[in-house]
Amino acid sequence: MNWEYESPRKAYGETLVELGKEREDIVVLDADLSTSTKTAMFGKEFPHRFFNVGLQEQNMMGIAAGLARCGKTVFASSFAVFATGRAYDQVRQSIAYPNLNVKIVATHGGVTVGEDGASHQMIEDIGLMCGLPNMRVIVPVDSHEVRRVIRFVASQDGPFYVRLTRTALPNLTSKDDEFVFSRGTLMRDGSDATIIATGIEVSYALLATEILKKEGYDIRVVNMSTIKPIDKGIIIKAAKETGAIMTVEDHNIYNGLGSRVAEVLVENYPVPMRRHGMRDVFGKSGRWDALLEHYGMDEKGIAREMREFLKEVKK
Amino acid sequence: MRNEKNNKVMKNTHTIMPQISKEKVRELKLRANEIRTWVIKMVYTAQSGHPGGALSAADILAVLYFHELRIDPKNPEWRERDRFVLSKGHASAAYYAALAMRGFFPENELLTFRKIDSFLQGHPSLIVPGVDMCTGSLGQGLSAAIGMSLAAKLDGMNYRVYALLGDGEVEEGNVWEAALTAATRKLDNLVAIVDRNKIQLDDFTDKMVVLDPLEEKWNAFGWKVLSINGHDIVQIIRALDEARKTKDKPTVIIAHTVKGKGISYMENTAKYHGKPPQNEEEYKLALKELEEERRRI
Repeated sequence: MNWEYESPRKAYGETLVELGKEREDIVVLDADLSTSTKTAMFGKEFPHRFFNVGLQEQNMMGIAAGLARCGKTVFASSFAVFATGRAYDQVRQSIAYPNLNVKIVATHGGVTVGEDGASHQMIEDIGLMCGLPNMRVIVPVDSHEVRRVIRFVASQDGPFYVRLTRTALPNLTSKDDEFVFSRGTLMRDGSDATIIATGIEVSYALLATEILKKEGYDIRVVNMSTIKPIDKGIIIKAAKETGAIMTVEDHNIYNGLGSRVAEVLVENYPVPMRRHGMRDVFGKSGRWDALLEHYGMDEKGIAREMREFLKEVKK
Repeated sequence: MRNEKNNKVMKNTHTIMPQISKEKVRELKLRANEIRTWVIKMVYTAQSGHPGGALSAADILAVLYFHELRIDPKNPEWRERDRFVLSKGHASAAYYAALAMRGFFPENELLTFRKIDSFLQGHPSLIVPGVDMCTGSLGQGLSAAIGMSLAAKLDGMNYRVYALLGDGEVEEGNVWEAALTAATRKLDNLVAIVDRNKIQLDDFTDKMVVLDPLEEKWNAFGWKVLSINGHDIVQIIRALDEARKTKDKPTVIIAHTVKGKGISYMENTAKYHGKPPQNEEEYKLALKELEEERRRI
């Protein structure tokens, strides 16, 4: 496929700067990772509205809550592992419970963090954040969508968790597309089965369908950018029309996209289903693309998984 | 109190501070007594709650809510109000009593504390009029107060921000993260008060971790440190005045207090950290002692 690749982190930083120019109430916090999360771009333009608190993720989330309580629209960024894991209780008690206007935008989600290894590869953040009342969870599919999502969450009151990846992503949507919150999007139609994917895995799912097409399988692909609240309609429709669903995510198969989709299916329209992603193991060091291959989360791995799944379904 | 040698406020500022009238002191003592009476009634009615740390903080809350804070009970969300964060959220009974007595909501609501249909949640929640921050998980309130203090500076507003912490609470690492940041950012509109009652849920704080020298620790972190008797109304008022005059650094007031203050059988024991009077006899004795104290004021 002839995709144009772009850094979602850079798109985030650029959008923050635009928002900062438009709105005085936007403030940004980081915990010593601003050159990686790209919030430093905002800090350079608006130093008085940028608070780099040092290595204090817990304190950062509490400060974010206090700023929000005084009317600020707050963006707080770190790597996914620290923003959600290290500061979970602060996010729970000081942001989600009082329903404060804090947007936690975490970069470096998933195993695709790469060489830093398991300590930095967050594969349970979607589960942690989805479990919090009041928290809404979005995983933008590409950099165009990052821009739309950041603008969207800035326009809404209350807490959001936005998960970005470290690596550049292919632009699968166009610049002028609209972001519709809590709506999945059909990326490719198909009738034999559906892959519901999120984030970086959507492009690999699309590539996998090309492999499977040559083998005579016609696979639908749905991009699920909003994980919570999830688009039940598109899941049930896919179940009815294709009869089998596989989820793919750069996250543990427990408590992530797969679990959310399974909940919808079991309660509404049970069909054979398979969850694909990190299979309850910690990652390891390596290049991000080598890791995707290793864990079967590249196009070949996804095609292999779908092939086995279809065999099972047809039995 | 044992901390005469640390008593910087009284020694350093006595001569330059304006006189505080005897009537004012008496009024605030009566308020503190009233808060304590509500605490006993509330936790006994609820058969649940944390009297020990609520009683130790009653005098501080009385001074804050009836002397220090710039607030408007008719307009709890007034933008220019001073902010107060009860970081030691388990002292909620005393906090709610002060809010009700100050007029944020009717006093008769207080006896619904912790009940299923009440807005008076076990720990402070934003649904309670006058509450500026949800607290309960210890160690987080000072961070929220920093956010409020930064917002004041960003907006060029002169409101002040107060956070009341427990001494057990300062065992939490988050508190020291906040202590570093508040000093780094020279937040002179921020005051932390540590209710140093020396007892936490399980036992004496010293049996868990050694906090002393607590004043020196905050000083080393870059704060203006004031050490007072947290049951002495005049000392509390003067410390808050001193904090207001302090520029370029946040102030911490180490308020040396007695856990369970005012109720003989609750004083200096961990037993009533999270337990109401255990029977009607205990309940009546507590109220009797508070009544006797009121008559002495």
